[in-house]
Amino acid sequence: MSAGGAASLPNLLALSAAPLARLGLLDIAVIAIYFAVVLWIGFYLKGRSNTGEEFFLAGREMTAWIAGLSFVSANLGSLELMGWAGSAYQYGILATHWYWVGAIPAMLFLSLMMMPFYYVSKTHSVPGYLHLRYGGHTRTVAAFSFATEMILMSGVNMFAMAVVMKVVLGWNITFSILVSSVAVALYVGLGGLRSAIFNEVLQFVLIWGGALLVPVLGLVQAGGWEGLKAKMLANLAGTFPHPDSYLHLWRDTGSFAANPMGVHWTGIVFGLGFVISFGYWTTDFLVVQRVLAARNLRAARMAPIIGSFFKMAVPFIVILPGLLGLVLLQNADGSRRQLVGEDVVAACAASATGRPANAAACAAALRKTALPEAYQQKVLRGAPGADLHSYNQALPLMMVRYLGPGLLGLGITALIAGFMSGMAGNVSAFSTVWTYDIYRPLIHKRGTDSHYVLVGRLSILAGVAVSIGAAYLVMHAHGIMDYVQALFSIFIAPLLGVILFGMFWKRATPLAGFLGLLTGIVFSGSLFVWVKLNPAALARVALSPDARPMAENVFRAAWAFLFTAVVVLAVSLVTKPRPVAELEGLVYGATTLPAEEPAPFYKNEWMWAGVVMVIFVALNVIFW
Amino acid sequence: MQGSGIPIWFFIGLVLTIYGAMILGYGTYEWISGNYPATVQMTYLHTPVWWGGLLAALGAFYVIKFRPGREK
Repeated sequence: MSAGGAASLPNLLALSAAPLARLGLLDIAVIAIYFAVVLWIGFYLKGRSNTGEEFFLAGREMTAWIAGLSFVSANLGSLELMGWAGSAYQYGILATHWYWVGAIPAMLFLSLMMMPFYYVSKTHSVPGYLHLRYGGHTRTVAAFSFATEMILMSGVNMFAMAVVMKVVLGWNITFSILVSSVAVALYVGLGGLRSAIFNEVLQFVLIWGGALLVPVLGLVQAGGWEGLKAKMLANLAGTFPHPDSYLHLWRDTGSFAANPMGVHWTGIVFGLGFVISFGYWTTDFLVVQRVLAARNLRAARMAPIIGSFFKMAVPFIVILPGLLGLVLLQNADGSRRQLVGEDVVAACAASATGRPANAAACAAALRKTALPEAYQQKVLRGAPGADLHSYNQALPLMMVRYLGPGLLGLGITALIAGFMSGMAGNVSAFSTVWTYDIYRPLIHKRGTDSHYVLVGRLSILAGVAVSIGAAYLVMHAHGIMDYVQALFSIFIAPLLGVILFGMFWKRATPLAGFLGLLTGIVFSGSLFVWVKLNPAALARVALSPDARPMAENVFRAAWAFLFTAVVVLAVSLVTKPRPVAELEGLVYGATTLPAEEPAPFYKNEWMWAGVVMVIFVALNVIFW
Repeated sequence: MQGSGIPIWFFIGLVLTIYGAMILGYGTYEWISGNYPATVQMTYLHTPVWWGGLLAALGAFYVIKFRPGREK
């Protein structure tokens, strides 16, 4: 996502000596057909993306279903799929929090409370809303932050995807980067947001078609859910005070030390469930742009609700394979395969002789793992078949285990589709923010509509080119990846504070919005740098010496939000607010929402939001 | 797919039908010949046959329901 960015990119860099799988002709045909179709959609829609409204907002004519599926798909990248499967292998079912409490309440809040203001204000972007509410300076800060974050994230994702293709299939990294990025540049550059959205819907279907078999077959082999639980308890005995901590969402979160993730429920509820989740799902333009393309307010409100049903189901194809990997993956000799951290894989990278290039470093790294002593010795000797795989390879390993010719091609297509939908989301959002929130107000104010469409198309090409540059930069300087990934979490919490106050408090003033956003970003970034320079500071940020790295994001976000809230409140109270008449369409209490045509109950967004909430609560109770 | 001619659901149906037919065809060959990939588990379930068939059936449904020119 992700709302929290759990997919640890360095894990994906753990290159193995030999690819996990080799594709046959049938698999290659499946992948080739996918590329042909996405490009064809781009060419087909080119003639229907001529005006700014068509190119940047898909003509504002998407149905609730298309906008809703695109809304979820733009978030369901390949890093998301593999990173969270790896997290589930490491932390158990706790990883599901990022899909349920870390998404569902925020999606419903966007639908029911915030969408009317985004939609009625007729803004083309989230920075555009900030311009209307707080003025140009706040918009500029947000626009540059968004544009930088999106383009760098796109590059990091691109590199991560290329590494995955290298690890799984042995493909050349440059080949993967060029083929996938040129395809995205073509279909988004030609067809604009409409093409991105339609491809995201197609990609969403393919992701399910390619990934659904893994948990289904895994469950059959494990003996169903009860069999999986029994095997997990047997494999993980002695790991925590309660060996079944891997199977509970909330029960062991009363203490940082009692659960595998090292988090506390307060961090999950307030940091993840409120700040990170609401920040991502209600203010990140990458996802909000999809809903802004809906054809009317009712469709715009229904889209996140439709998306939330699918979001709740995603753990079935992401978390469950990770859990199944814990009990089903095997080494060549039939013993249980244990995945390890990327640092261990890197430390044991083999030389030309097949033995670890640095035996001492490898031995030290292996001692920190739970790998059996005999297996550690095999790794050190470079014995055939004694290879190491990182957590994030859990999903590809499970795919290779169950998917034969054709199906494996479909599974790989699912990963590629996930990557491309995420990248297309980033570049289409970047193009809109660049054109409308940076180029038009700051560089060329009086262009024609067709001029801005041309700028939009060119900015997509430029954005993809910069992304490729970022990908190669990351390839040669791995350390910067953490900083790039942190951009999202550094920026999103202050943005949420400023937007929530702007949308729901008439008294919030333009200067408060500007200072709140700017100082909030600086504060959040400072916390990140503090922990980077001094890892012991994590205990201060997360308020516990037992806190583990996963706790940092959620607590940093919570502090940054609180800081921003205090700044906005304090500055607003000592500066002059805008007249209420100017806030029509922007702020709760100053806006008359357009009357909607009566709809039967089964089309009512409040009714469906209620259904979602009931399922959400039930799932949390069942997996308590 | 308003304003764009052919519905996106038609495209999706077409892709699923093609993929389903390819995978079903291979699965049938695999079943008849008994030539299963050595590294793949649970081949006795003949997954390509039923999964390919399912994809093809779902795809065909969408192709027919959302075919271009069909009156709403």
